[in-house]
Formats: sequence, C-alpha cells, structure tokens
Amino acid sequence: MASSSNSPCAACKFLRRKCQPECVFAPYFPPDQPQKFANVHKVFGASNVTKLLNELHPHQREDAVNSLAYEADMRLRDPVYGCVGVISLLQHQLRQLQMDLSCAKSELSKYQNLGITGHGLIAAAAAAATATTHHHQQNLGINLIGSGGSNHRDHHYHHQFFPSNQQQMIRTFDAANNYDASSLLAMNVSASIGQISQLQQPRAAGGDDRRTAIDPS
Amino acid sequence: MASSSSYNCPCAACKFLRRKCMPGCIFAPYFPPEEPQKFANVHKIFGASNVSKLLHELLPHQREDAVNSLAYEAEARVKDPVYGCVGAISFLQRQVERLQKELDAANADLIRYACNDIPSGIACTAGSKFGSSHGSSAEAG
Repeated sequence: MASSSNSPCAACKFLRRKCQPECVFAPYFPPDQPQKFANVHKVFGASNVTKLLNELHPHQREDAVNSLAYEADMRLRDPVYGCVGVISLLQHQLRQLQMDLSCAKSELSKYQNLGITGHGLIAAAAAAATATTHHHQQNLGINLIGSGGSNHRDHHYHHQFFPSNQQQMIRTFDAANNYDASSLLAMNVSASIGQISQLQQPRAAGGDDRRTAIDPS
Repeated sequence: MASSSSYNCPCAACKFLRRKCMPGCIFAPYFPPEEPQKFANVHKIFGASNVSKLLHELLPHQREDAVNSLAYEAEARVKDPVYGCVGAISFLQRQVERLQKELDAANADLIRYACNDIPSGIACTAGSKFGSSHGSSAEAG
C-alpha cells in the first residue's frame, strides 16, 4: 500500500494533487504502477472509479480495482471489443473443447464396445480415420481429438484483433469463486453483439464435420 | 442502427444528458430512445465524455460493436460491481482448463487402447505402459 506521507499514490501523481491520508486510491494504486491508474483513468475516469469504490465495502475494493484495471487494459488493447472479445474467444474455445471431448468419448466407447484388442484396434482406428476428420493423425493410426493446446486450433475471427499468441493476451484473472454462472449464461455475448455471433458458425476450414456445439452448462 | 432525428426525438444519450440532440450526435445511431437503460449504464460506468472520445477514435463501421461491447461491460459491472464481466472471464477460463484436462485424459486413454493389449470393457488407468507387447506373425521375431 502507498503511504501518502512519503510518496503520493499513482492516482494523485497522475492527477497532480496532494495525496491525502484518506485517499481512496492510495491502497490500490501504488506509485510504482503508474500505468495501472493511467489505464483506469482513461477508460473509466477518476470520478467514476471513486464513486464505484465508495459504494463497496473496503474488503471488496482491491478486487474491484484489479478487475477495473484488467478491463481497462483489455479495452485499450482492443478498443472495439475490450473484455468482450476475450469472453467471446473463451466461449469459442469452450464450444470447441466440448465438441472435441464428445468426439473423444465417442471414439473411446467404440473401442470399449467392439471388444477389439491390439492390432485390431489400430486397424479399426485407421478405418475410422478415413470416415471422420480430426486435427491430428498420430502414426499409431489413432486420431487424437483436438490437441494439447489452443495453438493447433483453427481460429476464424472476424475482428482482426487476436494475434497468434492469443493465450498470452488472455491474462488469467483469479476472481473469487462466488461468480454466478447462471448470470453468465443469461448474458449471452453472442446474442447481444451482432458480428461476434458469427463465431457460432461451424468452422468451414479443414473440412471439419463435427457435431454442433453443446452449450456450456 | 437506430435513426434518431433530433427534430423528432432525441437519442437516449441526449435525453439522459438533457441536451439538444444535434444532427451529428455521436451517440444517436447507437443509443436509440427506446433503450434508455443502455446509455444509463454506460454513462454510470464509463462516463459520456470517455465514451465519446473512444467512439471518435474509431472508424464509423467499428462504433456499433464498440458501443454494444461497452454496454455489455457496463451492464455486467452494474450487476456485479466488484468483478463486472471479468468474473465471466475467470469462470470461462476455469471451464476451459477443466475440459482441456478431460480431453487430455481421453486422448491418453485412446493411445492406451491402441498401444496396449487391453481387452474391451476393462477401464484403462494411468500408469499402464505404452508400446505394443505383441508382434504380428509377419514381424521378425
């Protein structure tokens, strides 16, 4: 926490004012992180942040400031979509993973049900490989579903923002576990933003003929 | 886009701000008068001048998506003042991690079925050796 008696907090430094002992920003905007407040100020404005913090209990303020800083950072990186672009990407990844998992479980159940062992499995897998298309084909003749990381996934996004190192852009935010999942589902990003809804279209590249996505539950 | 003529009806932003909605109003195409809450939320969280600056920095064809994403974030922040839409990101990230682990486990099982001489119906467990232990009759002994 910044001590206003020694050094003004990043907010008061930015605003060029004296940092009072009771400064609402001081605990959350240390002077060694000037960019954090600069971003928050640019996107939300100091007075909006003050009002928001004053409406919260003191123990909630640190998380609130950090989430605001995250949102501001995302908005500055992507002025059109901000955090919503991240949500859209994650929803897409989730749908893809669900499809991949469904395919993998279906493949597994075939082997479990057919009662084929050893080389017979390999032959059956090779035959299955010609019927469906997957991302990777191992030299064992088994098609592993999906991949170990998102680098192999084929992303087709209509907004040009996402670089190839998408995962690095999505910094993990460790929010508390009391997030209400039902409110996420109620706020369907794809329904509210026209162009992003096109991400729900089945992927055309690669001849992928997988089943339609299963909604996250 | 909603076309709001200042001669007929001010846009939701100008109504909220109690000002005349001029013909070139930056907000008018995106804040129709029949959606007052949309601007109210955006104003509360971001402020009218921040939104105006942001829209002016974008190309016209980008503005609608930008406004809609701001409206989404503002609504999320109003409903959850501590985490806003970042709570959704955190939730989705955990879901992605969970499913990725499940997928990795399923793929590992697929490999085991291919490599091991495991009769069907017997569940594979972690730790079973890879590699075929049986050779076909065509292989050299």
